[in-house]
Amino acid sequence: MTPTFNLRTTVGLLLLLALVLLPVYVELTGSRFLLTLFTRIVILALAAVSLNLILGYGGMMSFGHAAYLGIGGYAVGMLAFEGITSGFVQWPVALLVSAFFAFVIGALSLRTRGVYFIMITLAFAQMAYYIVAGLARYGGDDGLTIEKRSQFIAPINLSNKVQFYYICLVLLCGAIYLVWRLVNSRFGMALQGARSNDTRMRAIGFPTYHYKLIGFVIAGTLCGLAGALLANHTDFVSPAMMYWTRSGDLIIMVVLGGMGSTFGPLFGAVALLVLEEVLSGITEHWQIILGPLLLLVVLFARGGIDGLLGKAHHG
Amino acid sequence: MAELLQVESLAKRFGGIVATDNLTLSVPEGELHALIGPNGAGKTTLIAQLSGLLVPDSGRVYFGGGDITGVSMPSRSLLGLARSFQITSLFLDLSVLDNVALAVQAHAGHSFHFWSNARREPELRDPARAALARVGLSARGDLPASALSHGEHRQLELAMALASRPRMLLLDEPMAGLGPEESARMVSMLRDLKKELTILLVEHDMEAVFALADRITVLVYGRAIASGKPEDIRNNAQVRDAYLGEQEAVHG
Amino acid sequence: MMTAVAQWRRRRLFIGDRDRRPVMTLFIEQCLNGLQFGLLLFLLAAGLTLVFGIMDLVNLAHGSLYMLGAYFAATFAAWTGSFVFGAVLALGATLLVGMAVEVIAMRRLYGRDHLDHVLATFGLILFFDELVRLIWGAGGMSLPLPSWLNTSVRVLPGVDYSAYKLSIIVVSLAVAAFLYFLIMRTRLGMLIRAGASNREMVGALGVNIKLLFTLVFGLGAALAGLAGLMQAPILTVQIGMGENILILAFVITVIGGIGSIRGAFVAAILVGFIDTLGRAYFTDLLRLAFTKETAATAAPALSSMLIYLLMAIVLVIRPEGLFPASSK
Repeated sequence: MTPTFNLRTTVGLLLLLALVLLPVYVELTGSRFLLTLFTRIVILALAAVSLNLILGYGGMMSFGHAAYLGIGGYAVGMLAFEGITSGFVQWPVALLVSAFFAFVIGALSLRTRGVYFIMITLAFAQMAYYIVAGLARYGGDDGLTIEKRSQFIAPINLSNKVQFYYICLVLLCGAIYLVWRLVNSRFGMALQGARSNDTRMRAIGFPTYHYKLIGFVIAGTLCGLAGALLANHTDFVSPAMMYWTRSGDLIIMVVLGGMGSTFGPLFGAVALLVLEEVLSGITEHWQIILGPLLLLVVLFARGGIDGLLGKAHHG
Repeated sequence: MAELLQVESLAKRFGGIVATDNLTLSVPEGELHALIGPNGAGKTTLIAQLSGLLVPDSGRVYFGGGDITGVSMPSRSLLGLARSFQITSLFLDLSVLDNVALAVQAHAGHSFHFWSNARREPELRDPARAALARVGLSARGDLPASALSHGEHRQLELAMALASRPRMLLLDEPMAGLGPEESARMVSMLRDLKKELTILLVEHDMEAVFALADRITVLVYGRAIASGKPEDIRNNAQVRDAYLGEQEAVHG
Repeated sequence: MMTAVAQWRRRRLFIGDRDRRPVMTLFIEQCLNGLQFGLLLFLLAAGLTLVFGIMDLVNLAHGSLYMLGAYFAATFAAWTGSFVFGAVLALGATLLVGMAVEVIAMRRLYGRDHLDHVLATFGLILFFDELVRLIWGAGGMSLPLPSWLNTSVRVLPGVDYSAYKLSIIVVSLAVAAFLYFLIMRTRLGMLIRAGASNREMVGALGVNIKLLFTLVFGLGAALAGLAGLMQAPILTVQIGMGENILILAFVITVIGGIGSIRGAFVAAILVGFIDTLGRAYFTDLLRLAFTKETAATAAPALSSMLIYLLMAIVLVIRPEGLFPASSK
């Protein structure tokens, strides 16, 4: 099976290549902060890839996706706090708990449509936020420091920044590939059909609820993985990870990059976070530019970066 | 001949409006049964209740001998009862072939397959191509569905309904908005389909109705005021007054 | 940025957990607090539900107008030396900003996907938060209680209540009555009701839709600004305050029924009571079984969760809301 080669795919692969070579550049120039920045970008790109599955391909506008970042992160954080630092325990737990919550939240939310779906996913995310903020033992509102990163067997050492970066990058590539295969499979077609015209899907015989729910769970689980990575990256978890505005950030990444495209979420994460870095270097009030920029994208460039590349390709 | 579709005392109201008024109807296997009536008579509402999109307030629907009144829309499709939509309802952002392939996929077992490329499955693509050929859209397969003309949309609607290999088709105004040539083509297609399927046809085009129908039911304000062979309906005074009179004035 | 939980804790200081007064007195005071909070929420939710119901516009930036109301009031009150003058000027300013936003940005969003609304208005939130930081700085502001209201009123034998909070209740009820009169008894209100239940028809009737929409949006902005400026002396004036309370406003809109002022009223009062009484009593309740610290952190979580639980239940049982306005 060969992917079609066009400008969008080419740029996407080149970007991945650049990311692979980044640590070399960092070694040569000594700009360590770049490594930190791009580790963060890679992790959030993973979260965006998971959101793209349900939002871009599935048409499910979940405003509570950041909740899974928090769930995955806190699974790692809480276990670490209790003395369980083995990654072999922490990460599967993070994935399982994320999957469980995605299942429950999805099962209830998917019974609604449109703006009600948005509201109810938002509400559940806020509930998660408040639950976690209410746990005094785990720091509550102030958050929880993680003394020791997830431990795996040597030579894997997450405290080594370069190693950690590559682990995140490998997982990101894996996720992009996984989602690519998913959306072209029968399951993916069912999901895309449900996004395109849910009533027609049911009329021709698809119980769309089931497929959407599975998609929701897969997306939540992937995002939980991103959460576990993020917890390791910052050595810290706090309820703020799950605040609804963080879900908004993820949605921006997906839309900016181009919904329903393979590399869109990667483009979006890179664009947003690099823009943030660059603009905040110019002025501390950079969000004043980002705000209207978003508005303009919505009005004039709905296909996002990927869409623009597609247009450039077709001339 | 066994009754494939049996409707008993079906009723549906929307607030003060009676959309379906104690309707009883039966369609034996192999028949093409036409449903005619003035606008607002409740024809589309009836189709919606038969396909499972709407739940009737009272009454029962039987298909192939089984009670499907409480059965969900996807399940009815899997039982062999397919419908086309009066207002085009397609997957506009997917290709024409994808549209039909989805209809095939719905009936080709479950879709919890997460890995292999569905667009390369002969099990899905071959029947889809066959259905497209049937309605005359083979050349347009790779275009996005949004690129098709209105007439081609109606053809695609039919192709999708056919791709699910139904026992019975509920066709809701398949000729809506078609010009004379396209209508004639649709009529001859339906005449071919008659030989393999049972069809419940809702239409305003009287020429087509009288050319195709084995039996006709006339619906006015949700009630069946007459039901029988085409000649009987044409000569029925009540029907003339309520409906056909206007139609003949229009068609001359 | 003060997080939601920290804000909650600050609110609680005004409730006073070192009270020695009789239980009944405390309870009545809490009920009044619940009513006051509920009415503030109503002002916020009313604008949201109107805009949502008539223009089918999901406006996440509604909270920004609430924030602007507070900031304007703090500034104008400092300039003029009078709370009332400051408030009136702030209302006018918020109204103008609201209408400007409608003309410049919102107009282009009508008829589009809700996703587009969410994204665009989210962008507006970022913009306004930053604009406020630019103009007023990151530290927040304070708006002192007007001295003539900085007193207590005996509402019932043995029950003294803050005069300021009482005036919030009075003003809010007056505005609610005004809205009722406007919606039910005037031509504009009739157009609003018609628009809420069938948008296309109103356009077909030849009404100047553009003007109607601008006015409705402006009205919503003014209501949000009023809520913002009234809560300023007793709660907060800081960046991000809009985001925290916006969710509650949306929840109320959903519970009450989109497009329904009546629904927003009932739902807001309900939510106000649940939130206030929950905050007041959950801590004590939890302290019976848990440590003081656990109870103090868990209580806000529980009371907030209750509200979301309520919304989830309403969405399951009666998805159109308690008082649906739309016939759709």
